[in-house]
Order: sequence, then C-alpha cells, then structure tokens
Amino acid sequence: MTSSATREPAALHIRPAVRRDIPAVIALDEEITGIAKNNYWRETFERYGARRRLPRFFLVAESAGRMEGFIIGEVRAWEFGEPPCGWIFAVQVRPGTRLKGVGTQLFNALCDAFRRAGVQKVRTMMLRSNHLVLSFFRSQGMMAGPFIEFETSLD
Amino acid sequence: MRLQKATSFALYAVLELAADPSRQLSGTDIADKYGISAHHLAKVLRDLGRAGIVDSVRGVGGGYRFVGNAKRLTLLDVIQIFEPITPEKAAYHDPALATPAGRALRIVLSEIDDHAIATFRSITISTMLKLMARHSSEISASQPRPSYEATSG
Repeated sequence: MTSSATREPAALHIRPAVRRDIPAVIALDEEITGIAKNNYWRETFERYGARRRLPRFFLVAESAGRMEGFIIGEVRAWEFGEPPCGWIFAVQVRPGTRLKGVGTQLFNALCDAFRRAGVQKVRTMMLRSNHLVLSFFRSQGMMAGPFIEFETSLD
Repeated sequence: MRLQKATSFALYAVLELAADPSRQLSGTDIADKYGISAHHLAKVLRDLGRAGIVDSVRGVGGGYRFVGNAKRLTLLDVIQIFEPITPEKAAYHDPALATPAGRALRIVLSEIDDHAIATFRSITISTMLKLMARHSSEISASQPRPSYEATSG
C-alpha cells in the first residue's frame, strides 16, 4: 500500500458496504487492476455484504462522500483442520490516498469484527510477487502462518 | 538460513540508526552495543553510505545517521548490497546440475529461494522497527516486577 500521491483524506468513516457502494467498488478495482469485474463484485456483495447474520464482513472506508477503499473477510471454521479463524481475501485502497492510514483503519476494523465473532487469529494469502500488498500485511504485524500452499498443473 | 557477517552487521546498523534518524552514532557505539568488530563495521558503514542509506558526519561529535526511507527500504535492499540472495551463476555451470537429480534439486532450492526473497522484499525497515518494539514490550511484560517489599527497602 504505497504511493507517492499526497491527497489527505478527510475524516474517514468505516462502515459495512451497502448495495449502492458496488459501482464505486467496481470502479476502484478497475482503476487498480485494469479489469472491470462487474459480475464478480456484485456476486461478492451478495455473498459477503448482503447476508449480515453470517460472520462475513464487507467494509468500506468513506471520506467526504467518496469511497477510499474496502476490505472483505469472513470467519472460516475447521478449514484444513484449524479452529475458526478470520480470513481476509480482498483489500483495496485508492492509489491517491495510500500511505494515509486508510488500509490500516480498514484492517483494524475487520480485526475488531473478527474479535467480536470470537476468533483469535486472522490469516490471508497473497501472491509472492505482490510486493505492495505483502508489505502492507507485514506492516500490520502479520507473519508467515503454519500452512504451506501447494498447487499442480492438471494438463 | 544464515546471512554473512557483513550483512548482519549492516542490518544491525541500519535498524539502530533508523530507530531515531535525528540521532548520530559512531561506528564504535553500534559495535559496542552489538558486540561486533568495529573495524569490520566501519567497512560495512562505508558501503551503506555509498548506497545512500546512511550519511557520515565527520569531526568531533560526528558519526552516522540514517537517511533512507524506512517505509520503502526493505531487508532485501540492504542484503543485496552485501551478498547475492539467489544462487551464484557459477553454480549453474556445475555439470551435476544438468543431471535429472541436479535439476530436481534446483527446483527445490529455487522454491526455497523464492520464499526467502518474497519474505525479505516484503519487510521494510519500518516494519522491522515495529517488530522490535513489539518483542521488546513482550519481553519486558514477561519480566517479573520487583515486589513492593524489595523496592521499598
């Protein structure tokens, strides 16, 4: 989460995503990745933002009426034999407002939600080549966990 | 894995100086704190100076200060000044590595290298300073506190 841009966000408000946030989520993701994933983000909202009774969290950071970033996570129980823990699987911050604590506030808000859900560990997985986001999670105190991820080609 | 002596000395010096960039420390100050050779550290500090990570101030009261960007400078940036983090190219000319066993071994070693590089590249000096602060507060919290009787005389 680094950028040379210097826009200072006004007071930041972290809140659960609502349906009307999705166009801004799609636009922010497209700005960062260069790919518009309309269906993916709409389906993700249905699974993680619309069903509030499940331990799933889709949070957005808003400043002066503009969305500056979002984070998504859920509690997964007994995956790979491990007790319930929080998993983060998406975090994005607007390039122009990075290095201003937006990502940290989103991360902390999600960790608070995980704590309220009764879990004591938070995990994520990241491409080794994604230095930017790896550095962000490291700066939040995350270290390598107990798993080794494997894959193989099926061709 | 082990880092070469010069690399470890460089990391100690960078972390010590980056903890307070306004502070100047002599090579001897740092060497004494870590129990390392002042002579060897002086050479390491010169290399760090050439890399633009520390600046030296000459004369009485002189010393070194950190002039890098702690939020951008990674462990890999510092390590690569002193040692290659990937296997030396010469090793690839080893004929044994062209055998099936040698190629399989290279795949495994390459997996380990990839993890090491990703780890070193993702940890900034700023993150290391936070890690140090957290560990030192955990250590002090685990130290037994003197009892009232012991401290009151």
